[in-house]
Amino acid sequence: MSALLAILARDLRIAVRQIGDAGTVLVFFMIAVALFPFGLGPDPLLLKKIAPGIIWVTALLAALLSLDRMFEADHADGTLEQLALSPAPLEAIVAVKALAHWLTTGLPLALMAPVLGLMLGLTDDGFGELVITLLLGTPTISLIGAVGAAVTLGARRSGVLVALLILPLTIPVLIFGVGAIDAAITDLPVGPHLAFLGAFLLGTIALSPWAAAAAIRLALR
Amino acid sequence: MTALLEGRDIACVRGERLIFKHLSFELSRGGALLLVGKNGSGKSSLLRVLAGLLPLAQGELVHQGEAAADDLLGYRASLHYQGHLDPVKPALTAAENLSTMSATLGGDPSRVKEAIDHCGLAHVADFTGRLMSQGQKRRLALARLLTVDRSLWLMDEPTAALDSEGQELVATLVAAHRADGGAVVISTHQELGIPNAMTLNLDAYPGGRMDPLFGLEAV
Repeated sequence: MSALLAILARDLRIAVRQIGDAGTVLVFFMIAVALFPFGLGPDPLLLKKIAPGIIWVTALLAALLSLDRMFEADHADGTLEQLALSPAPLEAIVAVKALAHWLTTGLPLALMAPVLGLMLGLTDDGFGELVITLLLGTPTISLIGAVGAAVTLGARRSGVLVALLILPLTIPVLIFGVGAIDAAITDLPVGPHLAFLGAFLLGTIALSPWAAAAAIRLALR
Repeated sequence: MTALLEGRDIACVRGERLIFKHLSFELSRGGALLLVGKNGSGKSSLLRVLAGLLPLAQGELVHQGEAAADDLLGYRASLHYQGHLDPVKPALTAAENLSTMSATLGGDPSRVKEAIDHCGLAHVADFTGRLMSQGQKRRLALARLLTVDRSLWLMDEPTAALDSEGQELVATLVAAHRADGGAVVISTHQELGIPNAMTLNLDAYPGGRMDPLFGLEAV
């Protein structure tokens, strides 16, 4: 247990020291969302209608940008070998590293989303759901992303490869994330959408650490 | 008395290539095994096999009388593996690097300062990894062995990048570890000054391309 806490503390401390890494993800999120009004024109009704989709897709892409650094640096400097020799199971270590990734990427994205929602005219209805769905959905993306990052360890251009592997798997999260916000706007029940997002999260918590740990063991051979 | 580690007829395959086979050895507490051989003869592969990072293609590893494969997690937690890479994070200071690494490995954080002093890093303890030289990083990696008690040390050319003082440090660390009842397996191309060591020459275990039909036996 203390080994897992040490790994979490280490990853968070490195993220704070290299704040630029997390910062670029947030700035990318902001700039990419801000591009849409320029491309689509300043029609408030149109922007408000597509705001949930824009924010969700952009948050997904922003989270992807940071996935390659989840294991890559540890692999390059031999830390991953030491993690494999830790008394803690590698599956638990992977889960902790995905948690650290979420705390430094998904959580800030979810907290920043309301500001961007306001910018696109998403005000009263669906405003709270935007944050809730991102809080439920981004950990799933970190966990699925951990598998992608582990599978592509040591590959050339792993960043692009991760995107190709991960994006199709995140479609369900996207559908129900945006669906919940649309439901709130049109006064339909939001609960079922959130239940699906929660189910995806629990499913990936149960499966992805094992898959990612197996991929890391292969990469260490 | 059972040996600390015993390899029985082990073989190693990487990709399509056989690295070595029919290799056996026995290492008792306080023992040292030096791996020598040409580049590519399989010294690093053998160390990775012993660390449980590479699977055995054949044979078995016996740790304190029991097959290592039966309790791989426990076996891995009883050894140190120091490969070619030094696990030093550029964003953390030397002291932070060592204390997080030893906590990760289940060690005792209160021994960090002592280990840093012992490895001659006291003057760079608050330098970040980015500012440390290759030799200093290696010394920091070696300091890890002092903060976490593990009976078996596997070291892949531990003196690479070290100055003559650092090479002496490796010899003294290894001697103290053996005196405490630990054992070491070290691959090297240099004279390390390690007394009473057994030598395993991997050139005597040639590998080759695997036969696609008959596998290991045909090589």
